[in-house]
Amino acid sequence: MSLILIVLLPFLMAALPRLAGRHDRLRCAVLAAGAPALSLVLLMSHAPAVFEGNLVQAGGQWLPAIGLNLTFMLDGFGFLFALLILAIGLLVILYAHYYLSPQDDASRFLSLLLLFMGSMLGVVLSDNLLLLVVFWECTSLSSFLLIGFWRERSDARQGARMALTVTGAGGLALLAGVLLIGNITGSFELSEVLDQREVLQGHPLFPLALFLVLLGAFTKSAQFPFHFWLPHAMAAPTPVSAYLHSATMVKAGVFLLARLYPLLGGNDLWFLLVTGTGLVTLVFAAWVALFQQDLKGLLAYSTISHLGLITLLFGLDTPLAVVAGVFHIINHATFKASLFMAAGIIDHETGTRDLRRLNGLSRYMPVTATLVAVAAAAMAGVPLLNGFLSKEMLLAKTLAVDTGTWADWLIPVMATVAGAFAVAYSLRLVHDVFFNGEPVDLERTPHEPPRWMRVPVELLVVLCVLVGVMPNLVVAPLLDIAVSGVLLGSVPDYSISLWHGFNLPLAMSAVALLFGSALYFGLQRGYNLHTYRDDGVSAKRLFDRLLETLVSASRLATGLVQNGSLQRYLWLLVAVALAAGTLPFYLGGYSTGDEILLPSNGAAIAMWLAVLCATVATVALHRRRLLSLVALGAVGLLVSLTFVLFSAPDLALTQLSVEVVTVVLLMVALRHLPATTPAEGTLPGKLRDALIALAAGVGVAALAYAALTRPLASISTYFLEQSVPKGGGSNVVNVILVDFRSFDTLVEILVLAVAGLTIQALLAGFVAPGHARAPDPHEARPLMLRVLARAILPFALAASAYLFLRGHNQPGGGFVAGLVTAIALLVQYMAGGRDSVPGSVHPDQPAPAAPPGEEGFDRWIAAGMFAAGLTGLGAAVIGFPFLTSSYAYFDLPLLGKVPLASAMFFDLGVYLTVVGSTMMMISSIGRVTTAPPAAPPSPAAVPGTGAG
Amino acid sequence: MELLLASGIGVLTAAGVWLLLRARTFPVMLGLTLLSYAVNLFIFSMGRLAINAPPVIREGVERYADPLPQALVLTAIVIAFAMTALLLALSVRMGYDTGGDHVDGGGGRP
Repeated sequence: MSLILIVLLPFLMAALPRLAGRHDRLRCAVLAAGAPALSLVLLMSHAPAVFEGNLVQAGGQWLPAIGLNLTFMLDGFGFLFALLILAIGLLVILYAHYYLSPQDDASRFLSLLLLFMGSMLGVVLSDNLLLLVVFWECTSLSSFLLIGFWRERSDARQGARMALTVTGAGGLALLAGVLLIGNITGSFELSEVLDQREVLQGHPLFPLALFLVLLGAFTKSAQFPFHFWLPHAMAAPTPVSAYLHSATMVKAGVFLLARLYPLLGGNDLWFLLVTGTGLVTLVFAAWVALFQQDLKGLLAYSTISHLGLITLLFGLDTPLAVVAGVFHIINHATFKASLFMAAGIIDHETGTRDLRRLNGLSRYMPVTATLVAVAAAAMAGVPLLNGFLSKEMLLAKTLAVDTGTWADWLIPVMATVAGAFAVAYSLRLVHDVFFNGEPVDLERTPHEPPRWMRVPVELLVVLCVLVGVMPNLVVAPLLDIAVSGVLLGSVPDYSISLWHGFNLPLAMSAVALLFGSALYFGLQRGYNLHTYRDDGVSAKRLFDRLLETLVSASRLATGLVQNGSLQRYLWLLVAVALAAGTLPFYLGGYSTGDEILLPSNGAAIAMWLAVLCATVATVALHRRRLLSLVALGAVGLLVSLTFVLFSAPDLALTQLSVEVVTVVLLMVALRHLPATTPAEGTLPGKLRDALIALAAGVGVAALAYAALTRPLASISTYFLEQSVPKGGGSNVVNVILVDFRSFDTLVEILVLAVAGLTIQALLAGFVAPGHARAPDPHEARPLMLRVLARAILPFALAASAYLFLRGHNQPGGGFVAGLVTAIALLVQYMAGGRDSVPGSVHPDQPAPAAPPGEEGFDRWIAAGMFAAGLTGLGAAVIGFPFLTSSYAYFDLPLLGKVPLASAMFFDLGVYLTVVGSTMMMISSIGRVTTAPPAAPPSPAAVPGTGAG
Repeated sequence: MELLLASGIGVLTAAGVWLLLRARTFPVMLGLTLLSYAVNLFIFSMGRLAINAPPVIREGVERYADPLPQALVLTAIVIAFAMTALLLALSVRMGYDTGGDHVDGGGGRP
């Protein structure tokens, strides 16, 4: 449990600095330091077990179905990294307290830093590979926020975006690689996967998995050609660079290389890719570092180069090289973090990081100068410092490469050359900043930083020296367990000591030192590095070009399909649907089945002809709107008759009543729309539409025919058998609706209710501007209609009740009954004007002009949904699943045996919702009034409009 | 009979799609209604055709039409109506707000 807390504490306590507010900076820093301090204590509590060589594990399942578990493990290697993250994290918090200016929001900075710290701890302590990827992306996100901390600066924003794009994309590649590994080995747990090297490497997809994982590692560790984001990330505040870009985040890549080395290493592809990338990065970045004019830029390229060195070591693929790699991870973290912090101090005290202006500072800040000199010497690999030890090991390992090719001599030579470059840029760092003349136009006279700001640097530099002088005492145990973690328990025989006698690596070191010094002073004399200007093809420019191309390509693609024309969207939609529907037939061939077909008869053929005529009439007359509406009504009636013919009485009833309501609705709407459709559209456009329509018609007909001539395998036998015994009703369709599939129905009436309410929100109380096409609502209505409507109402309501009650056993039910009631009310509306339809059915009462929502239909909807939902909940309350129904029969006079199933209450809910929604729609549309032209409507004066 | 129904569905679809692609809101509503007829009939027909066999359980009757597509289509009819109504409300509101009944708003492009 305490293992999980190590990772979680920084997350949990990330908000604490925010609570302190941005003004009490000391409290802010103290609160921020709490999490790493506590985590460090917890980590140390595991130290005894780890140093005994045990694996500490903790966690549990999260999403076991996809293999994502919250499992953590702590071995020596994880311990080393967690230690680096927490210890350097504490130092950085202390340092940041002095570094940030009063204008900076320290609480935000520290919160983000804690989030990053937690993510990083998650990466190094995850047992689950997917969890590791999750934390990996968390580090990308939090580093994005940290690099862009000074969000008002465009270079910070650009740098942050670039870092996120590159490392985030790498993270996606890593995810893909991890998924492949998980699928091949059958597990995502590192502790299980690492044993399956043979299984994985024998799989044909192994090269792809390796490539993807390496892509993730190389982008994170800024390896060539993905290195360019790191120099641009130097726009971050220096504590971020000291933490993320020296000790932690960029090390996540090499961490992953080391972690997965037992699984992925040991083959030619690994050697080629990892060694090659590491070597190129090592030499290239060291050379470029020499020509930087920005102090942090120099450090950034040097970091890239050192990461290349570590990558190279893991690529060499021998246990001893792994020892050297792990050792250099420790050493680089200490000297590079101290150098970044020192760079921040210099920036802080002088106001610039420009190497052309920073000169001769040793007179103003001698202590800092000494510290930088020592750390830089460690970076250059000068004896008695930690960098020397790991560099010696590197040189020895490069000499041990034995492939029998030119690589055997190329790698040691290039390593020596890179060593010389490292000496040169380290020299430049010390000489250019602290000596080499006088400072150039500094804003203020530099002096030593506040006492405590220098403490983190001092601590780290002392560590560099201690490790360099007494490696076996200071670092050997930690290195031992870390290497044992990487190599799964087997530690090779190695010795770190200052003196191995006169041998080739020592000679190579000496050559590098001499040659590097000569290179630097030679360049400074002969060429003057200050005049160098970088104006070649930069990676940033290529990156920007790539992004621009991507953006314009997506704009183009968007513009092609989304030009704002609804017609284009629709024809594209239909065309794509057509293509998708045609493809299977194109691939598999079209054939009809051989079921025995129903013989057609005269009546059916007559109906078919009638449908044809009515449809053609609807299309042909569509520009004369009222006429086409009449034709549409005819089509609807014929569809209803089709349902009658093919044994679907419920559908026929529903279709009939819906048809009536639809036609009335469209007629009401015609009042608000132009009476005719203007002729428009080009001939090619019409041809295209005709072609699409024809193809759609033929396609659907062919599909329907192919299906109809094939045998049916239906699941309906169950419904037919169980309808009476389980549902208590003989009308199977109704039983399905209110019982078997009542949850569907519940959601469907919800859709209806939402549609009704949306229409109300759109239109109720809406006062249309301008042109009064609408007739006076109180104009004379036919007397006969009014009288008849009154007379019909009770009969219609009785019919509706009848349909409702018998619905469970005979065609009918809530939907049909609701629609019939709505039609009955609709007739009142048409006969008596809109004021004759208040919410309750009292046509005689004069209703005031009701404001929106007060017709009462919203209450019908609410009551309906409530009844339906409550029926379901009732079953849940007495211990059955939601919407389980029960029933009993009652003998009622006149009606006979009536089932009183709980489903009937549900059906009542359906009924109420249907009536409420339908009436809501009609009355909302019918109530749209037209303002007199004199009074311009004010949208603000009409409450409840415009919503939705 | 199957051929009649299939071709009928085809006719309704073609007419529906053609009207759907018109530039004014009213024909689009007509098209949507026709298309919903077609779709409903199509889904319904997937239970195959049966004459004189309504799915209402009676003593001694063994042959019934498939009730499941019917139940699906019943709610589909009602929901198609709700959508038509919603489209209509949108058209009316848009017509007043933008001053025309072109589907892209306003009086349409010149």
